[in-house]
Amino acid sequence: MNLIQLKAKYEEIRKTIVDSYVWKSMFRHGYKDTPRNRVLMTASNVFLHLHPSKMRRHGIKVSYTWCAGGLTFLFFLVLTVTGVILMFYYRPVAEYAFVDMKYLQFDVPFGMVMRNMHRWAAHGMVILVMLHMFRVFMTGSYKPPREFNWVVGVLLLVLTFLLSFTGYLLPWDQLSIWAVTVGTNMARATPLMGHEGPFAEQMRELTGLITPRYDARSFLTAGTVVAAPTLLRFYVLHCIFIPIAAAVLMIVHFWRVRKDGGISGPL
Amino acid sequence: METTIPESKTLTKKPAEANLWTRREFFGFAGWGAFLSAIGLGLLAFVRFMFPRVLFEPSPVFNAGKPSDYTDGEVSEKFKEEQRVWIEREGGKIIAIQAICTHLGCTPRWLSLEGKFKCPCHGSGFRKDGINFEGPAPRPLERLAVRLDDEGNLIIDKSKKFLYEKGEWDDPESFVTL
Repeated sequence: MNLIQLKAKYEEIRKTIVDSYVWKSMFRHGYKDTPRNRVLMTASNVFLHLHPSKMRRHGIKVSYTWCAGGLTFLFFLVLTVTGVILMFYYRPVAEYAFVDMKYLQFDVPFGMVMRNMHRWAAHGMVILVMLHMFRVFMTGSYKPPREFNWVVGVLLLVLTFLLSFTGYLLPWDQLSIWAVTVGTNMARATPLMGHEGPFAEQMRELTGLITPRYDARSFLTAGTVVAAPTLLRFYVLHCIFIPIAAAVLMIVHFWRVRKDGGISGPL
Repeated sequence: METTIPESKTLTKKPAEANLWTRREFFGFAGWGAFLSAIGLGLLAFVRFMFPRVLFEPSPVFNAGKPSDYTDGEVSEKFKEEQRVWIEREGGKIIAIQAICTHLGCTPRWLSLEGKFKCPCHGSGFRKDGINFEGPAPRPLERLAVRLDDEGNLIIDKSKKFLYEKGEWDDPESFVTL
């Protein structure tokens, strides 16, 4: 069988698969490269339909957008995947957290790669999200009709910082415990809800609450000190609560990009 | 033949009464009210849920031994590791200072040669009595409640703090006179 015959055989098998009922049930439109088919390919696939079926030429100009928003999302996906992988070994319990982190680093095959990918992607996401904000600001893309999407973006920035902050405690070493001690101490000064913040005394008289035991800080730390309950609380916030909140806002953010007229163009 | 339509069957519209809400609005408000109060109560329950009744934390009260264990004019670091508290005896008066920097909560060190507390994080310095004099710390170190029990032991309660800026260092609970 020569190569030409082999190619003909391959084409024959390919055609059988692509023309099959099962294949057609999943991918309703063929690859035939016509403008109409391209739109239908995108619009009839649940994953691809997140993309606009058509976009303007300037939208893919990297020098204009830096692709910072897209890269932030890519980093979020990297963090989700590596994070779930780390969860197979990590236990958010004071006795085990630190040794599990060391176990991942020194013994688990590819553990070091997963941990470092998670760590560096986290740093990268924070940098990219700020670069994205800078680009949007400098190109005036926050102006109407995109003003609400800027607000959603600011909330996503806050959630990115909170993900970074809650994740920082999880290695459960001196650096992370003290960083979170300092960070949560700032919550003492929360207006109305922190026991050392403005109006704390008035709130204490009014409600009998807002003491070191019942205030914004103990809500975060699950007690009066950064201890084992704090680790568990931060773990749940880091792995479940904040990612879901961020994912919901991302859906709104991406949807609004399209509904507000697509990626903004050069002025 | 002429038929007369009974009064009850005529389609005379009643004059529209000025109602506060229409039926539709009423059920709309009732529905949203039920929904929002369920969400709101759930949220309140969640906030309460996040504050457990029992905390498995070490007791804030500890026994620091006899006053005679402390040398006059010295800062004792005996309970710093375990309790984050310095105990100072000065001219027949014993005070307890919390070893938490008032800047961002690190543990300062007592430098006996220089006679000051020095924070390793951002360089805040405090005099022997706890008054801040250098670095970013915004206020003096906090003092803790001290008392003598029936057997003459020093009992220190870390949950009661005495702040210089509120003039609480004169409070008799904040020191023990021998």
